[in-house]
Amino acid sequence: MTGGRTRARYQLAIEALVSTTPRGRSAGYGLIPEHQRICDLCVEVKSLAEIAALMRMPLGVARVMVGDMAETGLIAVHQPSTAEGKPDLALLERVLLGLRNL
Amino acid sequence: MDFGTSSPAPLAAGPTTSVKIVVAGGFGVGKTTFVGAVSEINPLTTEAVMTAASDGIDDLSKVPDKTTTTVAMDFGRVSLDRELILYLFGTPGQNRFWFMWDDLTRGAIGAVVLVDTRRLADCFSAIDYFEDAGLPYIVALNCFDGMLTHDVDDVREALSIPGDVPIVTCDARSRESTKLTLIRLVEHAMSRFAALR
Repeated sequence: MTGGRTRARYQLAIEALVSTTPRGRSAGYGLIPEHQRICDLCVEVKSLAEIAALMRMPLGVARVMVGDMAETGLIAVHQPSTAEGKPDLALLERVLLGLRNL
Repeated sequence: MDFGTSSPAPLAAGPTTSVKIVVAGGFGVGKTTFVGAVSEINPLTTEAVMTAASDGIDDLSKVPDKTTTTVAMDFGRVSLDRELILYLFGTPGQNRFWFMWDDLTRGAIGAVVLVDTRRLADCFSAIDYFEDAGLPYIVALNCFDGMLTHDVDDVREALSIPGDVPIVTCDARSRESTKLTLIRLVEHAMSRFAALR
């Protein structure tokens, strides 16, 4: 499933968002079943953690798979936007506003 | 039937930004309850597989003979605006799975350390970890029966919590209470941000 690799080429955050690209949507039967299921799942945006949980696969396996699928253009990955590894002040303000409006 | 004429649905203008908050604390303190109280989905469980003896090394291919351990963590999701999703991750119950914590805390806004005042010692290691990591955190005393068995000042002293770290009381079952706890954490993270500039 992961070609023997357990480490993703680049480290995807567990909260990184994944969405299926038009190419992923139209790829259909040419894909291995796991890729097809991830393409189906991510028509609505999902995080890496959600993909792992919903696919019932270990986080590390999902990470490799999502990395592979991003490279072949089946899905798009939105890594969290952080400055020096931390959310910046503008983002924190948005989070605060969003929480207050819940 | 002609499938050729159906045009692909336009890409939904969905969320593109995500942030996360870590919910830590001892086993059975109410982390999953806390996450579930504010999450828009039933908390999901994701697993990581590790060698039992590993310490931050995650390449299983090099140590095929070691026993593996599965670590589970629960998480929830809160849509904050049309483009922004907050994920809440509960730490694995057993604090010895530190390798998971690095993954969990990297890029996080901060952490809520949930404390059962009847078992204060259970949260020592989480507080230690966040102090060392320099991650903003607040301490939330979970009031199971609407009562505190210890005074807030006593808890601060007992756990040696620095004066600038907020201690709040909360009811992990209540959406409003968990929401206020998260707001307090974000405010604390923002003040830390401002102080570091």
